[in-house]
Amino acid sequence: MNNEFFPLFFSFHFYLFAVIALLSAILFVTRKSPVAAALWLVNVMFCLAALYVMLDAQLIGAIQVLVYAGAIMVVFLFVVMLLNLGKPEDVSDIRGQLPRVTAGFVGAALLAEVMVLARAKWNAQLTLPVASGETMRNEPGGIIAPIAEVLLKDQLLAFELASILLLVAIVGAVTLGRKRS
Amino acid sequence: MLAESLALSAALFAIGVIGVLTRRNAIILFMCVELMLNAVNLSLVALSKVYGASGEVFVLFVITVAAAEAAVGLAIVISIFRHRQSVHLDDINLLKG
Repeated sequence: MNNEFFPLFFSFHFYLFAVIALLSAILFVTRKSPVAAALWLVNVMFCLAALYVMLDAQLIGAIQVLVYAGAIMVVFLFVVMLLNLGKPEDVSDIRGQLPRVTAGFVGAALLAEVMVLARAKWNAQLTLPVASGETMRNEPGGIIAPIAEVLLKDQLLAFELASILLLVAIVGAVTLGRKRS
Repeated sequence: MLAESLALSAALFAIGVIGVLTRRNAIILFMCVELMLNAVNLSLVALSKVYGASGEVFVLFVITVAAAEAAVGLAIVISIFRHRQSVHLDDINLLKG
């Protein structure tokens, strides 16, 4: 997505997806039924995938749809289905008035903190270097090559460790989920 | 678009925190954690547009860890449900002392 040629088109859709993501997130935390909550979370993830594509991270957008919205949320829905928690009216898990107000206060304080930090004046050593500009798109390998460069050269050890982590997670999940006989 | 992305990311993270604090269902708690991880991913992607591809690689690692966490966490939830017939966190207070 290029915002040089269609600035209005770009910003309209950016704000559209941002607003949908925010509203879906609010609906997600307020739904009683776990299934409805999971589906609103899927909606948030699709909107975030759209935003990733608009931010020139097409690979991450595709992985977001495939892994997050596709695989992880399906696992969540499978577990909700497997546990059979009953009707949403009976199983409402939202806490009472006081914890809700407290949680809203904590959330607002966190948000205000982040906003203040974003506008604060930092010591020169703490500020990020001046942006190098949008160089990624102009390189011969397009947008994938710089990611591969970092992933398979600089972060190779972390990449290999991630595979071990996934193996451990699979073995752990099978061991924990097994029925003891 | 960097400032807007970071603001949206902060808002989503705050909503995730509110969800963790207000819900008692362990599965929904995991979903709130996923929402917070997604918010962090958004800020990493927005920053990587300006500062280079490292941010997107970190997003890949975050997604990997989130998948592992979801698998193990949900296995634990199923295991607890077998013992207690409940996923409400108020019923799970074995380690409270």
